[in-house]
Amino acid sequence: MTELTATRERGVPSARPAPRRFGWAWLGLVPFFLFATAFMFLPVAFLVVGSLHDGTGALTLANYADLSTGVIPGAFMNSIEISLVTAIAGGIFGLLLAWSVVLGGLPRVLRAALMTFSGVASNFAGVPLAIAFIFTLGLNGFVTVWLRDFGIQIYPGFRLTTKLGLELVYLYFQFPLMILIIAPALEGLRREWREAAENMGASSAQYWRHVALPILLPSILGTMILLFGNSFGAQATAYQLTGGTLNIVTLVISSQIRGDVLHNPGLGYAVAMGMVGIMALSIFFYSILQRRSERWLKA
Amino acid sequence: MGFLELSGVEKRFGDVVAVESFNLSAERGEFVSFLGPSGCGKTTTLRMIAGFEHPTAGSIIIDGKDITRQPPNRRNVGMVFQAYALFPNMTVAGNIGFGMRIRRRPANEIKKRVGELLELIGLPGRGERYPWQLSGGQQQRVALARALAIEPQVLLLDEPLSALDAKIRVSLRQQIRAIQRQLGITTVYVTHDQEEALSLSDRVVVMSEGRIEQIGTPAEIYNFPATRFVASFVGTLNLLTAQVVDARAGRLSVHGQEIQAAKPIDDGHGGVSIALRPESIELGENGGSNRLRGPLEDVSFLGSIVRMRVGLGNGTAVSLDTFNDPHLALPAVGETVTVSFPREACLVLASASAPAPAEDALAV
Amino acid sequence: MSGTGTQAPFGPLGVMRSWLQSGRAAGSRRRGIGSIWAWLIFIAGGLYFILPLVGTYLFSTRPRPDPFLAYRQVLADDGFLGGLLYSFVAGLVTIFISLLIIVPTAYWVRLRLPRARPIVEFVTLMPFVVPPIVLAFGLIRIYGGGSPIIVLAATDLGLNILLVAAYVILSFPYMYRAVDTGLAAIDVRTLTEAAQSMGSGWGRILLQVIFPNLRTALLSGAFLTLAIVIGEYTIAQVLARTQAFGPYLSLLGRSSQPFQPAAVSLISFGLTWIAMVAIALLGRGSRQRVQVAGAR
Repeated sequence: MTELTATRERGVPSARPAPRRFGWAWLGLVPFFLFATAFMFLPVAFLVVGSLHDGTGALTLANYADLSTGVIPGAFMNSIEISLVTAIAGGIFGLLLAWSVVLGGLPRVLRAALMTFSGVASNFAGVPLAIAFIFTLGLNGFVTVWLRDFGIQIYPGFRLTTKLGLELVYLYFQFPLMILIIAPALEGLRREWREAAENMGASSAQYWRHVALPILLPSILGTMILLFGNSFGAQATAYQLTGGTLNIVTLVISSQIRGDVLHNPGLGYAVAMGMVGIMALSIFFYSILQRRSERWLKA
Repeated sequence: MGFLELSGVEKRFGDVVAVESFNLSAERGEFVSFLGPSGCGKTTTLRMIAGFEHPTAGSIIIDGKDITRQPPNRRNVGMVFQAYALFPNMTVAGNIGFGMRIRRRPANEIKKRVGELLELIGLPGRGERYPWQLSGGQQQRVALARALAIEPQVLLLDEPLSALDAKIRVSLRQQIRAIQRQLGITTVYVTHDQEEALSLSDRVVVMSEGRIEQIGTPAEIYNFPATRFVASFVGTLNLLTAQVVDARAGRLSVHGQEIQAAKPIDDGHGGVSIALRPESIELGENGGSNRLRGPLEDVSFLGSIVRMRVGLGNGTAVSLDTFNDPHLALPAVGETVTVSFPREACLVLASASAPAPAEDALAV
Repeated sequence: MSGTGTQAPFGPLGVMRSWLQSGRAAGSRRRGIGSIWAWLIFIAGGLYFILPLVGTYLFSTRPRPDPFLAYRQVLADDGFLGGLLYSFVAGLVTIFISLLIIVPTAYWVRLRLPRARPIVEFVTLMPFVVPPIVLAFGLIRIYGGGSPIIVLAATDLGLNILLVAAYVILSFPYMYRAVDTGLAAIDVRTLTEAAQSMGSGWGRILLQVIFPNLRTALLSGAFLTLAIVIGEYTIAQVLARTQAFGPYLSLLGRSSQPFQPAAVSLISFGLTWIAMVAIALLGRGSRQRVQVAGAR
């Protein structure tokens, strides 16, 4: 008994959660919350507040109304379009690629190679990626010239600095993201499910249609939503590739930071908040779908 | 020619022989168990019948039709997996009706049959539940219903009860057997639990290291084990080494004490293994013509059975079981006692199986 | 297809047929052969991934007579080395601060305040909701000229502090996930109780018991953070940190230099590769999910 009291007296906290007195334990999280507040919540709060004020300092919702003016709707439309395209295309082909190495019967080494490469490629985004694509599909890019040698002129019909060009580049990190997340899900498909389905008379296609794809659907949809958000928030790649000329939300914001191109600081903040709103929705739906898929695949 | 016929079935993985020269002829409606320890090839053989593994050699014939090369989705055998393998995205009814949906049966037919099966497995009205809402035992019953829904020719069960609690195991296995009897379906049941195999089966195939050790009825397997492995795997028994005194007369010597086997001994050199079931040995001199003497080392009270261990010198001992009788006066530990058993109880084993393990009174 | 006896279909035709069918036929996952569709998809994907790298490499080695001239120039360039060094140091400081905040927090949540877990996890997910560009926007305004709190954006030191702070925030999701998984794997409660029964105080427990057992998780998170920081452009640009690696590379890419951008791009790819391999090697044997950084 004495040893216990001695330990307590030395001020060592017990390993059990503290009894329901006032939550002194929350103090232990103060550094974390302080830092997050200072460098994340406060900046965002500033943007929120800023978006609700006009030039004279009065409270207003006009900035949000003004989101429908000028280049802004177009920017949102473009961003949404690009993000949808890369999310869906990235999702589908990423799934196929993951399938090919996990379930398609390819040699094991290819799977390890693809997973490692995906890890690298998903981090390769930004400036280096844009540069690499300029050297590949730009006006004098390696593939452009090669196609020219075959008589196929992709320019000027195709330009890397357009939406299509950006989408092609974005896929370079969208595919890997999909692969990295969906490959474990594919592995989570238990062999017995397939065997049970075959045992019941199902062909491979029927197994996929009735069992595997439905089970994977939450995972696939959730990851596509993640891909959407990923693409929506990308700025560095777009800037490097287009020099800031493409009308997408992230570039509007970065222009606004550089100099008040919208001639209305509050509007700039509203655009940023619009972006945050869309990202928040994405993350929200993603977590719902992720929870559902975990229930089935980790059972 | 049986309903389910495996001839010379063999499975190799590279250099490793998983199943060797498997021959079995099962009648229609028969319940056959494959019994053996892990890695003995029982599951591999089952999977070959289902079509998930291809035999390297041999043939599998069901009702006269050679199915050896058929893909699993054409075979019409129903399989129940150890881990239930219910489709998590479908309800119970969806799972059970899956096979029929694949075969494009009309919806009302499917509904009717699913209802019947739910009654059969004792889960009426639970059709709209999802697998994760059911207990392990319930899920396994649904898996059984699912396998039966397609009216398979053969029913295969791969250690279906090993993932369940002991209590549920006993009641569920009886249910399975009752359903099987009612439907008259030829069944192959894989298990490592010898109690399950013995209590359920019409015949048991005991396997070890890819080979069939013995095929027979439960009584045959238990009372007349053909090899040392079968004797040690099925039931409890005493395994002793004995010296051959007179092969033709069947006389043996166990640590200096002479006993008599029922038949002449084939392998007449040196030492042989003999097996004695504990329940065939009696305390006292009235149990049979064979006698062994030694100090009583231990008395264990096992409920309905009392188990006694009698030393034979050199660290070996023999165990005998006797029914518990409140009026029984048991000798004290340390007392020298005599035990007796009939000649027929002394089983001389073919030493074909693994080399003799260290002598032990009770190899369970 | 009824059985034709025990003979396997020989001949190239048979092999081809079963190979084609393995895409349709049930279950067969033949090792090493793979269905034809799998191969087509993989090759298509492989081409898409390899071509840009090949193109960049070809461009970077165009100079004659010395194909590696561009690389030599890059490695000799002050901007390159300076940028790499600056970002590397920024990365190290980020990792240090991030660990300092995250490890005790994750430990605390696990041990003393499980109820706080959803809140903490929500906070660590915020960097996904607030993309770097928006975060940078907010930071430069709230800590810039006329700031209601403190003006950090006026001095170089202040901007450097902002940069590292932003990177720490960016690293939260990965660090927290890595540390949390690591803690889950080592059964913190039992370790702590064992340490306490021997008379350990807080600091000692953290330092001598928790940190060492988390080494793998921490190193994984550290490498990922390093990769992110070195490649980061958006925030560095907004905070006018032109001496960072990202802005340096961007400027180089938009300059009239013909071959150096290609060389640096490949070097950048190589560095990322090294970091990922390090993470993969560290993660071997433990059941951690692969960490992804996403777009920038």
